Amino acid sequence: MENSIQSVPQNWYLLLSTFMFCIGVMGVLLRRNAIIILMCIELMLNAVNLLLVSYSSYAGNAEGQVFVFFIMVVAAAEVAVGLALLVSIYRNVASTDIDILNRMKW
Amino acid sequence: MNTLIYTACLGLFGLLAEIFNLRKYLIPILVLGLAVIFSLNLQTWNNPQTHFNGMLSDSNFSTAFSGLALFIMLIILILSGDFYTSTDDEKHISDYMAILMFTLCGALMMFSFSNMAMLFLGIETLSISLYVMAGSRRFEVKSNEAGFKYFLMGSFASAFLLFGIALVFGVTGTFSIDGIGNYMRMHADKLDPLFIVGMLLMIFAMLFKVSAAPFHFWAPDVYEGAPSLITALMSTLVKIAAFAAFYRLLSTCFVFALGKAEIVLTVSCAATLLVGNLVALVQDNFKRLLAYSGISHAGYMLLAIISLQGRTDSALFLYSVGYAVASLAAFAIAITVFKATGTESISGFNGLAKKNPLLAASLTMAMLSLAGIPPFAGFFGKYFIFSEAFRNGWQNMVFVAIISSIIGVFYYMKVIVAMYSKPANEFEIKPTFAYQMVIAVCLIISIVLGLYPGVFTKLL
Repeated sequence: MENSIQSVPQNWYLLLSTFMFCIGVMGVLLRRNAIIILMCIELMLNAVNLLLVSYSSYAGNAEGQVFVFFIMVVAAAEVAVGLALLVSIYRNVASTDIDILNRMKW
Repeated sequence: MNTLIYTACLGLFGLLAEIFNLRKYLIPILVLGLAVIFSLNLQTWNNPQTHFNGMLSDSNFSTAFSGLALFIMLIILILSGDFYTSTDDEKHISDYMAILMFTLCGALMMFSFSNMAMLFLGIETLSISLYVMAGSRRFEVKSNEAGFKYFLMGSFASAFLLFGIALVFGVTGTFSIDGIGNYMRMHADKLDPLFIVGMLLMIFAMLFKVSAAPFHFWAPDVYEGAPSLITALMSTLVKIAAFAAFYRLLSTCFVFALGKAEIVLTVSCAATLLVGNLVALVQDNFKRLLAYSGISHAGYMLLAIISLQGRTDSALFLYSVGYAVASLAAFAIAITVFKATGTESISGFNGLAKKNPLLAASLTMAMLSLAGIPPFAGFFGKYFIFSEAFRNGWQNMVFVAIISSIIGVFYYMKVIVAMYSKPANEFEIKPTFAYQMVIAVCLIISIVLGLYPGVFTKLL
């Protein structure tokens, strides 16, 4: 188990997860569909999970992997709340496009 | 730690009250419970302890801020009795109360965390509860919008916080704030670049959470759209909790590395002060005005964060108390006026002095305290933060802060002018007994603190 993670150099994990994180950030900033934005936030969180797992495997320290479980639980709770809010928005305005959510300005 | 556990129990009780049909008695029971917890919390004073293998640690810092958080929540609960009066609200009152208790749990975790896991869990417990509360008026698009915007911005910022935590973990190999602090002390002269990137990401995330410019865009929209009582909660408890966590994080983990983040913090502080005060000048909606005023207050509190090498926690606490009591009084009056007039714009306050002179005088006192005019607590809060910053060599920042607080006086005056010199509208405005009590207590605390600020100056 340890070996299969460590068969890839650690910096590559850092690069991959930074790359995934940036894709998530760009998605949140550029996409207009609320569900896609939710998925992009999940992508950002999973990039962090990957980074934590690789660091903790390389350091032989299980703390990082425990933290991953915390993140997963919180992400699940967050998505539950986010989708519930989205459903109540959809009931009122019949759309998931976030440009509609622009009633308040300045 | 006991404070946290008992508060969580109150939250569970709130959920169970639905089943046992105790809805009518729920708020009095919770108020009583919080009062008991408030007194239990005092026991941890001068009695520092760590719990759960170094996950949480009580200190005077956490005790003082927990006491303030409990007090704020107590006030919010008292206000909520007359706020949630529609039938739809009454059906969901136990859910609301339970969620408010869990919000408080999150804040308590943020005051006493000593491990990054607890910081993260605290922030998320606080935020997730608030996403729900901000969107709790299901049939109003504005409330939906507020909830969803808050959710998107909040979880976006949390992801940055997590990435920062992961990078710092990679460099230091630990999540404990003491461990990270030790690493920082030993490698102060040549810190790993990844450590600095991680620190900057965490600082950005916290700036998001405290709604500092340039990350403040979500705040006015969310404050305007959310139910007024929840706006009061967000602009007091949440802001103070975020600042306390920010202070604790920076002062334990990153003190010697702050030189690298100096530019970020100072630019953000100056921008927050100017944006908050200048944009507030053109607001017509009272909740939005208070939102921008909250942003500018975040700027003053950031000044305490910038100069934290000189131990500014007492000044931050005094400022938080003064800000919280003045805001709560202002919101209690505002909710009364909104209910009577049906509008949230400043014109609803027109001629209030003729119809209800006492209420108008109270709002004037709250506004003057927020603007930082003696003899109210707001003045001494500002004074101590400015003098600490000055002592630590931030003369330029103090100059910006003084200029912007002079600008700030104008928009607080706008409300006062509306009350005293505009013709009255026809609505009758009279606060209920609970609201009168809350307003009186908050203003008395503000004046007493303004007259005897010495109580808190060297508290922590």
